[in-house]
Amino acid sequence: MNAGLRKLLGTDTLLPYWLLLPTLAFIGVFFLTPLVKAIILAFRSDSGTLTLEYFRRMVADTRFLDALKYTFLLAITIVPIQVVTALAMALLVNTGFKGSRFFLYLFALPLGISDLAAGLIWLSVFTQHGFLNSVLYHLGVIQRPIYFISYQNIGLTFLAVVVAEHWRATAIVMVILVAGLQMISKDYLEAAEVLGARGWKKIWYVILPLLKPSLQSALIIRTIFALQTFAVVLALAGDIIPVLAGEAYFWHFLYHNSHIASAYAVLLMAISIAMTWGYLRFLRSRMEVIRG
Amino acid sequence: MSFPYLLRRTLLYMAVFSFAIWVLIPIVLIGISAFTPKNEVYAWPRPIIPSHFSLETMSFFLHSYGVVRSLLNSVWVALLTLAFTLAIGAPAGYAVARFRFRGREGFRLGILITRMFPTALLAVPLAVMYLKWGLYDTLIGVALIHTAMALPFAVIITTGIFMGVPKDLEEAAMTLGCSRFGAFARVALPLALPGLAAAAMFTFVISWNEVFAASILTVNNRTLPAHILTTIQASPLYFRFAGGFFMILPALFFMFFIRRYLFHMWGGATAER
Repeated sequence: MNAGLRKLLGTDTLLPYWLLLPTLAFIGVFFLTPLVKAIILAFRSDSGTLTLEYFRRMVADTRFLDALKYTFLLAITIVPIQVVTALAMALLVNTGFKGSRFFLYLFALPLGISDLAAGLIWLSVFTQHGFLNSVLYHLGVIQRPIYFISYQNIGLTFLAVVVAEHWRATAIVMVILVAGLQMISKDYLEAAEVLGARGWKKIWYVILPLLKPSLQSALIIRTIFALQTFAVVLALAGDIIPVLAGEAYFWHFLYHNSHIASAYAVLLMAISIAMTWGYLRFLRSRMEVIRG
Repeated sequence: MSFPYLLRRTLLYMAVFSFAIWVLIPIVLIGISAFTPKNEVYAWPRPIIPSHFSLETMSFFLHSYGVVRSLLNSVWVALLTLAFTLAIGAPAGYAVARFRFRGREGFRLGILITRMFPTALLAVPLAVMYLKWGLYDTLIGVALIHTAMALPFAVIITTGIFMGVPKDLEEAAMTLGCSRFGAFARVALPLALPGLAAAAMFTFVISWNEVFAASILTVNNRTLPAHILTTIQASPLYFRFAGGFFMILPALFFMFFIRRYLFHMWGGATAER
């Protein structure tokens, strides 16, 4: 290879920075500026004094504690189920049976479906005269429809949201895990087989430990997005189940108070950062896969 | 200890088909709902398959006030987002793929971290800032925040795409007299085109599906998801089902085309082997 050219391509010191400039400038204006502005809105009144007033009002709101509770409950319930389901899907597809590629893409399908649409899809199942009640009726299980979504059955309403979110967002976990599985060197698997590890043993002692970085990034990504669950809940359960992102939306959209809406957003950010930190700390490894 | 081969195969396919049914059934059901005659969704006992399929529900949805306009808004916002995102993000992806430079890893990590922040954290303050900038309730304003949300993915995907185009080809073009830009435009770009098209479709889907920011940043110029969300409490069930079905159609269509590229996003591994 021409040494001069190598030099030109490899140490062309300024060109890459010029290419990054638009992205950096855009992030500066449309990410960093709003980020700072959100913190200012949450902590400073219109007259310019620093205040905790907006957080006080946020916490004092009758829906706040429920929103906090349900946001956490949703994340804690959905994410583990998703990881287990996605792992099962990924391992199945990874066996490379005939037609596995087709099923891989099929399992990834919900990736293109929005949270709002997923909420509406599952509304058609769980609504009063929806598919679930119809099926139960035709099976002779019930005579009158069950109110899956109502203030009287908050537990069932919550379950409906869990099912919808699980259906929609498991695909992303599966894609991350399949990508992780493909990066595992065949040598390890062959060595494991030579040493007598088959079936479950191979999965438990060889594949899962090697898949840990992917599992970790899947956990972090999914938890952060689960904390932001919003449109699924709104479309499926209306305001029966309050969540933090929904409260931020209502405070801005209905009550036109961007200070308190920002307080909710800042709280969500704080929780996301704390959760990520917790995962990194307790799972004791770095973000290898996120770094790529 | 090990199962007989046939039994193992049967179990494998049973598990795979159960998952496939779990994924597909809700999509089929919303399709059925969207073509069920309007009043049958309120009937009890309700047949699972409607008495007849009808275009009544879809036609009601498309003729409802504001739907066609928000639909056109959605398409326009998604196209703007796509143009902004690729114009801004693809050069960065090319830089990360082709050059070793100081801050490269920091940039890659930093851009991913931006996606980790809650949408509310950007949308609420941007609504306040947009009022000052004259961007509030404009399609460009929505497209700009969608660009901020899609940019990390675009950079990561285009990095993967340009890494897949051999550097040697560009170098060869340059020894044969092409300029740096010429080599890129005549050699790397055509080879990267299918991947870039996939990145474009992915960006389109991100914007088409986004609802939180679009609802907060608009009043009259709503996108389709924002229109559906803000009128959801007041709209009849059949309107919501038709809306749900209509929203997933283009998304599923595009996902089919970009299926192979999904894996570019995560760790650079591709589905192709």
